[in-house]
Amino acid sequence: MLPILILPSTEVVVLEFSYMLAALFFVVGLRFLSHPDTARKGNLWAAAGMLLAIAATLLLYRDGAGAGIPLLNALVILITIAFAGAAGAIIARKVKMTAMPQLVSFFNATGGGASALVALMEFSNPGNESTLVTMIGLVIGSIAFSGSLIAYGKLDGKVGDIFSPFMTYLNILMLAVIIFMVVFVSTGMASPEIMPYLIYALLAVSLLHGYTIVMPIGGADMPVVISLLNSFTGIAAAMAGFIYNNQAMILGGIFVGAAGTILTLLMCRAMNRSLFNVLIGSFGGQKAGADREAGTIKEVNASDAAILISYSKKVVIIPGYGLAVAHAQHICSELEELLEEKGVDVKYAIHPVAGRMPGHMNVLLAEAEVSYDKLVEMDEINPDMPNVDVVLVIGANDVVNPAAIDDPSSPIYGMPIIKAHEAKNVIVLKRGMGKGYAAIENHLFYQDHTRMLFGNAKDTLQKLVMEAKNL
Amino acid sequence: MEQALSFFWENREIILIILLSVFLGIEVISNVPSVLHTPLMSGANAISGVIIVGGIILTGYADSALEWILGILAVLMGTLNVAGGFVVTDRMLEMFKKRKKKTK
Repeated sequence: MLPILILPSTEVVVLEFSYMLAALFFVVGLRFLSHPDTARKGNLWAAAGMLLAIAATLLLYRDGAGAGIPLLNALVILITIAFAGAAGAIIARKVKMTAMPQLVSFFNATGGGASALVALMEFSNPGNESTLVTMIGLVIGSIAFSGSLIAYGKLDGKVGDIFSPFMTYLNILMLAVIIFMVVFVSTGMASPEIMPYLIYALLAVSLLHGYTIVMPIGGADMPVVISLLNSFTGIAAAMAGFIYNNQAMILGGIFVGAAGTILTLLMCRAMNRSLFNVLIGSFGGQKAGADREAGTIKEVNASDAAILISYSKKVVIIPGYGLAVAHAQHICSELEELLEEKGVDVKYAIHPVAGRMPGHMNVLLAEAEVSYDKLVEMDEINPDMPNVDVVLVIGANDVVNPAAIDDPSSPIYGMPIIKAHEAKNVIVLKRGMGKGYAAIENHLFYQDHTRMLFGNAKDTLQKLVMEAKNL
Repeated sequence: MEQALSFFWENREIILIILLSVFLGIEVISNVPSVLHTPLMSGANAISGVIIVGGIILTGYADSALEWILGILAVLMGTLNVAGGFVVTDRMLEMFKKRKKKTK
């Protein structure tokens, strides 16, 4: 006798098919996103997958009794989506390119928050069988939420750092408390009366834990932290998907979790640091051991600098975050064009972690319509450095610090840098003698062939353009 | 112990799917040029907003005031994540498109 196949209602079959399709769209989207030529298309694929998952859920979802989503609820959901969708799109369009890292962090916080809320509500659902999965979703979602908010605050300069060995112990203690609570509840040792309190306590501890994890991490490491929290959000979404047995959520969440973890490790590698070191090391806070005799600095004025670069054969511009905060990328590209008219060969050397996020500088220069073949990666430009007449360091600091090569006591020792110090002349555009983001002394500034040009990057570049035009 | 065994047995297919998709996720984005790290992070971030589906289901059957409030809040945050994430990623990538020439 053949087993009888019980087919659920057509709606449910179509819904499941839509989720599968959505998951497929996510994979294709991620694949396309990882190649420059197809990246934009990939983003649209992923967005289409999301739209499909949302629409299918609204129209076709059936609860245990086979009832669809009531019209009133559907309307409220639609209005909420329309409102938040418009708000999100407007924020994303309006925000300045320099504030991009904060924005990604903020959006990540909303995703983590949504996961935590979904998990929280699931505890009161009697049909929910897996307390363990729900709790993990709650913990990870809450950590991603509060952690991303702190990361956002740090990148935006609203939140300072707290460095103290005490924080490390506090973090270990909190993690232990969270694990204990999860085990306690999931093994059924908690009586039903105290369950709600335990769950809210777990929520509170997890939120606080996100705060204490990110708080001691220096601002320079925020990109790694955001990437890590991003993968957390993915895992939290997958946990929620597990509760609903929802393929789009499980697969989408897991892809993001896995991809985010790999991306995190890639970023760590670009800085030659381990993830453990980032999380525990409290990079920016330590007093750098490398405060050697600093020596004297030599200043240069704009007109001398303009003469120097105008009569060079080969000029390399090394842009850093200082260029971005001064919104000087447009005037910088103007200077580049002017120099090219004079027959100077100009290139941009881009450090993988220039700016506040990997690739951030490429985005900013692309915005200023600098052509792609002018951007040279660190490994390509370094062997050629001794042949470069003038290096123009604009608002960059740690990525050109020779201590990374020759000073084993320096906290950034081992980090790959652009070897600006090997060029024939170095001109550093800087606001003042303040240290870089990692708060480490930079000996490049004291070299014999280095000249400092102080001032706001945008003003200084404007002066350079003017002087160069008059030559 | 028995609990763990039955958990595994009931969910064995889904656990396999999860394992395979972990590898797929890793495979799909390995060898990304560093230029694309930021847009990729942002795009992946938008995909993690798929949690909105959970928010929709919960709000869809909300009947207490607390469920309504939390549900709407979840949908609100999920939508912000999705819409903002995809739009900002598109905006970043749009800038890359402007250049005429490709890399050698």
